[in-house]
Amino acid sequence: MATSTTAVDAPGALPAAGRRPRGWRGLPVIRQLRQSVGLQRGMLVAGLVLTGIFLLTAIFAPLLAPYEFNQLRDPAGAFGAQQEPSSAHWLGTTVGGYDVLSRVIWGTRTALYVIVAAVAMSIVIGVLLGLVAGYFGGWLDRVLVVVADAIYAFPSLLLAIVVGIVLNGGESSLKGGIMAAALSITVIFVPQYLRVVRAETVRIKAEAYVESARVIGASHWRIMSRHIFKNATRTLPLILTLNASEAILTLAGLGFLGFGIEPTAAAEWGYDLQKSLSDVTSGIWWTSLFPGLAIVLVVLGLTLVGESLNDLADPRLRTRRRGPATPADVAETSVVPGSPAADSADLDHGKGSL
Amino acid sequence: MTTTTTELTGGGAAPEAAPPAGRQRRSGGLGSYLLVRFLLIFPTIFILVTTVFVLMRLTGDPITAALGGRLPADELAARVSAAGYDRPILVQYFEYLGQLVRGDFGTAISDGREVSDMLTSFGAATLELVFYALLVAFVVGIPLGRLAAYLRDRWPDALLRVFAILCYATPVFFAGLLLKLVFAVNLGWLPVAGRASTGAEIQLQQQDSSTGIYLIDALKLGDGEVIQDVLEHAVLPAIALGLLTAGVFLRLVRTNVIGTLGSGYVEAARSRGVSERRLLRKHAYRPALIPIVTVIGLQIALLLGGAVLTETTFEWKGLGFQLVQYLQARDFVAVQGIVVLAAVIVALVNFVVDVIAALIDPRVRY
Repeated sequence: MATSTTAVDAPGALPAAGRRPRGWRGLPVIRQLRQSVGLQRGMLVAGLVLTGIFLLTAIFAPLLAPYEFNQLRDPAGAFGAQQEPSSAHWLGTTVGGYDVLSRVIWGTRTALYVIVAAVAMSIVIGVLLGLVAGYFGGWLDRVLVVVADAIYAFPSLLLAIVVGIVLNGGESSLKGGIMAAALSITVIFVPQYLRVVRAETVRIKAEAYVESARVIGASHWRIMSRHIFKNATRTLPLILTLNASEAILTLAGLGFLGFGIEPTAAAEWGYDLQKSLSDVTSGIWWTSLFPGLAIVLVVLGLTLVGESLNDLADPRLRTRRRGPATPADVAETSVVPGSPAADSADLDHGKGSL
Repeated sequence: MTTTTTELTGGGAAPEAAPPAGRQRRSGGLGSYLLVRFLLIFPTIFILVTTVFVLMRLTGDPITAALGGRLPADELAARVSAAGYDRPILVQYFEYLGQLVRGDFGTAISDGREVSDMLTSFGAATLELVFYALLVAFVVGIPLGRLAAYLRDRWPDALLRVFAILCYATPVFFAGLLLKLVFAVNLGWLPVAGRASTGAEIQLQQQDSSTGIYLIDALKLGDGEVIQDVLEHAVLPAIALGLLTAGVFLRLVRTNVIGTLGSGYVEAARSRGVSERRLLRKHAYRPALIPIVTVIGLQIALLLGGAVLTETTFEWKGLGFQLVQYLQARDFVAVQGIVVLAAVIVALVNFVVDVIAALIDPRVRY
């Protein structure tokens, strides 16, 4: 919040851009990994490892899972419901008679589908609206900002439920369920992207190079896509990781409330947790513990990455490589174009998620 | 409006250093800020109500949604036209807005209850839960955040930060399930679900002028056992929901205390020989709490969403619990009522928060 004061000194950002390492070392996450030290590096690495495991599990789910997510029996007969963990079922079976381990592993796939769909849709819509609102300004800008603010302030889960009602009219197939969940999440995220990109656009619009592009006679579209878009998106990796974790939580929340995907169509952790609600009372712990842990670990991994990126972008919070930290000086002489990122992250700190 | 303004600035809000002339000008600024902020409530509510109305009606009318397939087609059509759902959508929309202004939320289809009546009786339960959760969040989040900032970059800080992220990363219903599993089922210390045990609940509801907030009702009843029973039921849901926000507070306080510890005036105080403890306690800590006030508005939205999940987990019979019941019955009149109420609450809380923020921090006023 307080960082916004340092956000304006755009000229200060130029030296950093000049010094930025080229090639693969300049890629978003890799650059931060090289920049980080000590505890912060530990957090970033831990986050990357967890996220990596999540991605690999999702990709290789068919090889890793002992059974299909909707398999109820094998040649030896039916699995049976609520079986304790055993050699045949390492994590036991659910009340519906599914293998818990298999559903946890297959669940990574569903989660990944939803994250990719939701984040991709919200980035496209949010960035476009943000560019248009920030670039053209006027009444369109004001209307978009007021609407985005209203939606942003609203309980996101309730909004997702309402959108879920519209889309989920009996839809429980894999594709339909995933699209319904992804669209519900998109509605929540679009305002965030809109706000961040709009703020950057308004700032960049005043830069001299945009002015000169206009003088040369470049079209609005060209200025927006070439000159502004590429400079306005540097905070996106940060919001993206934070939103990916929020997407998982929202998906699980929707599943828990009964907007999930049917167990025969896909494995979804929130749905499994809802079904385990009654197991808990009778002391059956394995049906709820493992899907829940899966959610926590994936969200933890993504959040650690997002948090670390945020801290590294904020000179007040970044641990220095040498010498004691002197935050007051650092903030003033900072050459890291990080403040807008810190702002957007502050926004997220304030909001949190489910 | 003018009287409230002078009263408000008279309440010690204006910085003491400001000269009288400046104060005069600033109080005018505050007044117009409050007025503009107050008027902004209406478009916010209006946008949300409209969004919800449009979304809910995209799929059709509530009666077909609730009863479609269960009634013969002609009877269904008769009920739809009797309720006026066959008229143009714009007419219905303006009629709905008019009803809302009068505080009329319609009648629920599934149980025939007045929605406004349902909202007040179940709203009390949700209010109670959210209050407890905020309490947990304050008690856990703020001191720990301060500690983390003080021990910055040492192992307790790392531990606390991981704790904060875990608070965020754990879905409230999973936290609730774990708490239930450990403290209610395995250890048997606390009740598994509900707001009170059956006997106590009957006693509470038979009381005249019951508020629906069980703690207040129990205190009025003056029965020690009932009070204990009500509190015992509240512990686990409050922790499950409160930890969610506690993590946010922890991170916010930590970041802000680190920020203020590095600021010029703390440096100046340090050079005057103020002890590190006092620096942290007085100089760095208090200003760092201001942003807490400003995020409470967003936290309320988060808590209302989280309450839906917590209430479902613990069978806490509040609005969230009801919402899920109505969703399952596809009773969209009631669902719409609950969502609109949430919109109104969020808009009002954000207004109050902005007013408080403007009163304690003069920089906020435009």
